[in-house]
Amino acid sequence: MNLYNFLYFFVLPILSLSVMLVFVRFIKGPSIVDRVIALDLLITIGIAIIAVYSIITNQSTFLDIAMILALIAFLGTVAFSYYLEKREKNG
Amino acid sequence: MAEWSIIILSAFGAVFILLAAIGIVRMPDFYLRLSATTKAATLGIGLILVSSAVYFQELSVTSRVFAIICFLILTAPVAAHMIGRASYFIGTELWKKSVIDELEGKYEKDTHILRSKDHKDPSKVIADDKIPDEE
Repeated sequence: MNLYNFLYFFVLPILSLSVMLVFVRFIKGPSIVDRVIALDLLITIGIAIIAVYSIITNQSTFLDIAMILALIAFLGTVAFSYYLEKREKNG
Repeated sequence: MAEWSIIILSAFGAVFILLAAIGIVRMPDFYLRLSATTKAATLGIGLILVSSAVYFQELSVTSRVFAIICFLILTAPVAAHMIGRASYFIGTELWKKSVIDELEGKYEKDTHILRSKDHKDPSKVIADDKIPDEE
């Protein structure tokens, strides 16, 4: 089995299926915190897709973008939780 | 040899990420969803990044992958704790079959400070006030 065929026909479809599943929760999530963790998980799966894609295209430069996405995911979740807690305190 | 290790690592990583995605859809409660996704997704991402490090076999790529994995392992529990705490203050409901809520009544409503006293019952607080407040 070829490595590139395996990545194309097994790993990438599984990752895109999980993106779709998480997106279902992102759309219908009953409260806002569900949407926040769904967004966090979407970005995290994005990092995995970037890593697989860097193997397929043989370009290691893509991993820089993965690092920046990890930063953005963490900052987004922390900012959301900070302001949600603050809104609860004031209101 | 390297090819097979890449295949095994990326397959396990993809399966763990799929488990996290199924968990976030199927779990009945926000807190269960949080606990299912954070751990599984972190493990899956780590495995896939390690597989890309095995593929390139360069020092620059390996150190970059190591930095990303360290960052994820450090920040994922912090982010999960913060969003779980915020959702508890907002009043996200637990699953109706949850057995116990150990934090119930232990947060002060206004200041969000955690105390071991029961703040729902004022008489109990007065009774406990003989113990000096720890600041």
